[in-house]
Amino acid sequence: MLRIRNLEAGYGKLRVLKRISMHVDPGEIVTIIGANGAGKTTLLHTITGLVKIGSGEVLFKGNNLQRVPPAKIVFAGCSLVPEGRQVFSTMTVQENLVLGGYVLTKRDKKDIIHEMDHVFELFPVLKERKKQLAGTLSGGEQQMLAMGRALMARPSLIMMDEPSTGLAPLIVKSIFRVILRLREEGNTVLLVEQNAKAALGIADRGYVLETGKIILQGAAEDLLENRDVQRAYLGRETE
Amino acid sequence: MKYWEEKRERMSREDLEQLQLERLQATIYRVGTHVPFYRKRFKEINLDPDGFRSLGELSSLPFTVKDDLRSNYPYGLFAVPLRDVVRIHSSSGTTGMATVVGYTKNDIKIWSNLVARVLTAAGVTKDDVIQIAFGYGLFTGGFGLHYGAERLGASVIPISSGNTKRQIQIMQDFKTTALVCTPSYALMIADTMLDMGINTNALSLKWGLFGAEPWSEAMRTEINSKLNIKATDNYGLSEVMGPGVAGECLECKGLHINEDHFLVEVINPNTLEPVGSGEVGELVVTTLTKEAFPVIRYRTRDLTRLITEPCACGRTNYRMTRILGRTDDMLIIKGVNVFPTQIENVLFEIEGTEPHYRIVVERENHQDKATVLVEVVESLFFDEMKKQRQLVETIKKRLASELGVSVDVKLVEEKTLERFEGKGQRVIDKREL
Repeated sequence: MLRIRNLEAGYGKLRVLKRISMHVDPGEIVTIIGANGAGKTTLLHTITGLVKIGSGEVLFKGNNLQRVPPAKIVFAGCSLVPEGRQVFSTMTVQENLVLGGYVLTKRDKKDIIHEMDHVFELFPVLKERKKQLAGTLSGGEQQMLAMGRALMARPSLIMMDEPSTGLAPLIVKSIFRVILRLREEGNTVLLVEQNAKAALGIADRGYVLETGKIILQGAAEDLLENRDVQRAYLGRETE
Repeated sequence: MKYWEEKRERMSREDLEQLQLERLQATIYRVGTHVPFYRKRFKEINLDPDGFRSLGELSSLPFTVKDDLRSNYPYGLFAVPLRDVVRIHSSSGTTGMATVVGYTKNDIKIWSNLVARVLTAAGVTKDDVIQIAFGYGLFTGGFGLHYGAERLGASVIPISSGNTKRQIQIMQDFKTTALVCTPSYALMIADTMLDMGINTNALSLKWGLFGAEPWSEAMRTEINSKLNIKATDNYGLSEVMGPGVAGECLECKGLHINEDHFLVEVINPNTLEPVGSGEVGELVVTTLTKEAFPVIRYRTRDLTRLITEPCACGRTNYRMTRILGRTDDMLIIKGVNVFPTQIENVLFEIEGTEPHYRIVVERENHQDKATVLVEVVESLFFDEMKKQRQLVETIKKRLASELGVSVDVKLVEEKTLERFEGKGQRVIDKREL
C-alpha cells in the first residue's frame, strides 16, 4: 500500500525527517509513536504532499508521490484526518461530510449518500447532529466528524494525526474502537499517536520515531514489551 | 498445517527487502548507539550509521568474528542493560573459549516463533509428541527447540541428551512422534534399537529434526530407513540466536532461511568477497530483530551455498544447502581442501561399511599423510583377507576420486570407534604445523 524508503524532508534548511524507511501493508493498522517534535506530523504531511519530499522515495500503491500535488494524492485514495480536527466550523455536519466526499462527486450522488450512511452508522451521534454547525460540536464529536469526512472519500489508506489529543479517556476508547472496526471492514490505517499505549494496543505494527529517525520497529505487541519503549513512552519505570 | 506464519514465509522479494532494510537500519542505529564495540568499529571506517540506505551497503560494514565475541566476554556485546536480559546462553566452545549471548523477553518470543516455523515446515504439528534429546543447559539446542515446540503447542518431552536405553524406553512408552537430536545421535539410537531387537516399524515415530552438526544426504537416507521416519535438517548457531535460523521443509531440498529476521551473505573465506551466485562459501549472518545480542555480519565459519530458485512448498525465502563443512574443519591435505563430510558421503555409498569413521592426519618425512579409519560390518572380519583387501582398494579409489588426493584406509571392527552423543569430533590432526 505505502512504501517509504530513505525519506528526508523538512522546512527550508531544517531537516526534520532523517532517512525514514517504513511501509504499510493492505489491511493493517500501523502506528507511528514518538514524542512531540519527533517529526510525526511532518511525515504525514510529506506523504500527503503538503511538505515536499527532499530525497528518498514515497510509493503509494506502487506510484511515486514525488512532486504529486496534494489533491491528486487524495484522489489516488490517501486521506488525512488532520491533527486538531480542522473541521469547517461554520458549516453543518452534513456539509462537512459532503465536502469530504468531493472525490466522489464526479460519479454518482448515490455514492455520497451511501458513504454518508456508512459514516452515520459508524458515528450515530453525527446523524443526530447532521444539521448542527460543526463549530458547536464537542471535541470528541469534532474528531468523529473529521474521521467521517476523510472516510467520505472512500480512501484506501486513512492516515490519522493524533486523534486522541485533548479528548477524555472514554471518548478516546470509542474513537479507537471505530479504528479497529475500520480495519475489520478491510481498511488500512496509518495512525500517528503520542498516546503510545493506546495506539500499540490496537495496531498490528509500530515504528518509534525519535528526532526524525526511526529507532525501533516491530510488531505492536513486541514494542509494548520493549523496555526502551516502556521507559520512554509508556511511563513505566522499572525498579 | 503447512505454514506457521504464512504472511511472513511467503513474502514477495520486494516486500521482504523493504522489511529487511527497515530492520537493518534500526539495527545499525541501535548497535551504533548502544554497543561500544560497534560504535568504535563504525567510527574507524568513518561509517555514518544514519547514512545507510540500501541492503547492498551491508558489504561496507566490518565482519564480526568469534574472537570479537571472546574479547568482549562476557557481556561486552550486549545492546541492552543486563536487567532487560531474561536468559543467558553460552556457545558450546567446541573450538576454544566459550562465548556468551543474551535474550530479552521479546528475543525469546521471536526465537520461539521462528523455531515453531521450522518445526511446522518439517511436518510437526500441535498434535505431535516431541522428544527433545538435545542437551539442555547453556547450549541453545535444547531450550531453543523446547520453547518453539511449546509455542507450536506440541507435547514436549524434555529428556535432554544421553542415556540411550532410556531414550528408547520413553520413545516407546510415551509414543513419541517427533525426535529432535543430532543426526549422529539419531543413528546411535537406531543402532541401539536394532541391537535390542526392537522393531522400529512398531514405533509411533514420524518425524526427525536433526541439526547442530554437519551430515549428509546418505546419512539421511540411512536414518529414514532405520527409524522409518521423515528426517529434516535445521540450522542455527548460538552467536546468532540458536536453532530457528533456517530449516528444511518436507521437500528436503535445502533449508529455508528466516530471512525476515536474518540477513545472509555467502563469502569466500579467503578473499572475504561475496561468492558468485549459487557458489559455495562461508555463511555470514546479520541479525535484524535481536534486541539483547544483535550481530552485524557474523562469520559463521559454516560452508553452504544459497538456493534462490522457488521451492515447491510455496515458501518464498531463499534456501541454503545443508552445511557442507566448517571453514575450520577444512583439512588441507597436500594442499588440497578436504571436508570430512565428503569422506562420509563416500563411505555411505559403499556396501559393508558403517557410517562411523575417523580421519587421522600426520606428517611423515615432511609429507602429509591422511588415514581414514572405517568401521566395517562384523561378518567381514571372519571372511578371507582377500575380501578385506578388495574393500580397502574400493574405498581408496572412491576417496581419491572424490577428494582429489590419495589417502590411506584402515578397516576397524564394528563399534570400536567412540560414539558421540553431542557434536562429533571426527578429525585427529597430529601434524604440528
